Amino acid sequence: MKEFGKYLLFLGTLVVRRETFKTYYKLILEECILVGVNSILLVALVASFMGAVTTVQTAYNMVSPLIPKFIISQVVREMTILELAPTIIAIIYAGKVGSSMAGNLGTMRITEQIDALEVMGINSASYLVLPKVIASLIMYPMLVILAGVCALVGGYIVGSLTGIITPTDYIYGIRFVFNEYMITFALIKSFVFAFMISTISCFKGYYTIGGALEVGISSTAAVTTSVMAVLIGDYLLAQLLL
Amino acid sequence: MIEIQNISKSFGEKKILHHISGVFDKGKTNLIIGASGTGKSVLLKCIVGLVHPDTGTVFYDGRNFTDADKEMKSEIRREIGMLFQGGALFDSKSVEENVMFPLDILTKMEPSEKIDRVNFCLKRVGLENVNDKMPSEISGGMKKRVGIARAIVNNPNYLFCDEPNSGLDPQTAILIDELIKEITEEFDITTVVVTHDMNSVMGIGEQILFMFQGEKLWEGSNKKILNSGVKQLDDFVFTNKVMQALKDTKS
Repeated sequence: MKEFGKYLLFLGTLVVRRETFKTYYKLILEECILVGVNSILLVALVASFMGAVTTVQTAYNMVSPLIPKFIISQVVREMTILELAPTIIAIIYAGKVGSSMAGNLGTMRITEQIDALEVMGINSASYLVLPKVIASLIMYPMLVILAGVCALVGGYIVGSLTGIITPTDYIYGIRFVFNEYMITFALIKSFVFAFMISTISCFKGYYTIGGALEVGISSTAAVTTSVMAVLIGDYLLAQLLL
Repeated sequence: MIEIQNISKSFGEKKILHHISGVFDKGKTNLIIGASGTGKSVLLKCIVGLVHPDTGTVFYDGRNFTDADKEMKSEIRREIGMLFQGGALFDSKSVEENVMFPLDILTKMEPSEKIDRVNFCLKRVGLENVNDKMPSEISGGMKKRVGIARAIVNNPNYLFCDEPNSGLDPQTAILIDELIKEITEEFDITTVVVTHDMNSVMGIGEQILFMFQGEKLWEGSNKKILNSGVKQLDDFVFTNKVMQALKDTKS
């Protein structure tokens, strides 16, 4: 509980004594490239295979000839948009971006770079962390949308090439009784996950004490704590919003 | 002028600083000396506000810094320049960007003015044609010089140096000491240096505060340090073989 209270206070320091918008503008753009653009390839690759595997496994489990083939792509769509794209990509995001944020801030802490900012009269938490959080809030939902598209395309390609499902059936299944709220739900999840991963990782890195070993420990703690928070948040959101 | 009154600090059960008071004069190189683990760096961090003391007050030219609100603290801090032990240069920025950083954040200077000021400061610390280099591409001594340039770029009224000579060869260490002394006199600022290097003590110690196990034991100048009559200070000073030889020659 003490750690949670410290985390809440840390969140409070992000929004007090901020620097000018001009200062943050450049930092946010730089962070968007680091956390978003540099993750595109990984996210696209993982999501494509995720969609492909989901298609193959759903087809494997549909043994009854009474169930139409287009149900396969409908299942892929529901699984991808509701769960796989926001949550699995969040775990990958925590591993790639969260650990990097914690490592970066931890190294700055132990090499006194954060102290240097404080001595200059700059709110170091706000200056260093806020751009990372805002960049995550901007880029992570985009990555989730990309992941959803790639997963559906991955399923389409594998389904068509292996003859599991015809392209016409696949497209029909994707459009069949489509509920737009699923997209809204996925985006709400992605905003919440982006906030949790970026703030928890930065919190772990910002309060690193010690040397290189502790920076490694902070990075690991950032990933494990973020992943746990994402999974708990995933359940709570599903319970609240569905 | 900086005045500290009755500063105490504990971490858990461990008492680090015991009721330390003192005055650091403007235009002088003020040294805080003592063996490792005596609380010198903690005292420095209390003075600049990185650590909040349990008791006591720090005054910057009569302004109460310890009990000031965040706005006031921020204002005073913008008059402070600090050289950290490892330089504390920002890894992701070049030398020029590092030195320019306080100007970018704290001033509304035009870009050309900022470049001129950065070049002036780099030249002042003896560095030229290194603007585009990254911190990882320069030596330890150069990092310290860049750190000094960054500390003075915004015309500070107070300069703090934490172990400016650590990890440097004796020749470079003397150059850094001389640079700190010259800058202090040239810009008429209050400089506080934390060190345990006897070369620095004898070279630039105009006003010295000696600490032992978290307490202030002696205050004076480098001219008086050899005859302080304080056993712990004598033990500290004459551990150095050169100083011991000097003492033997004198006696």
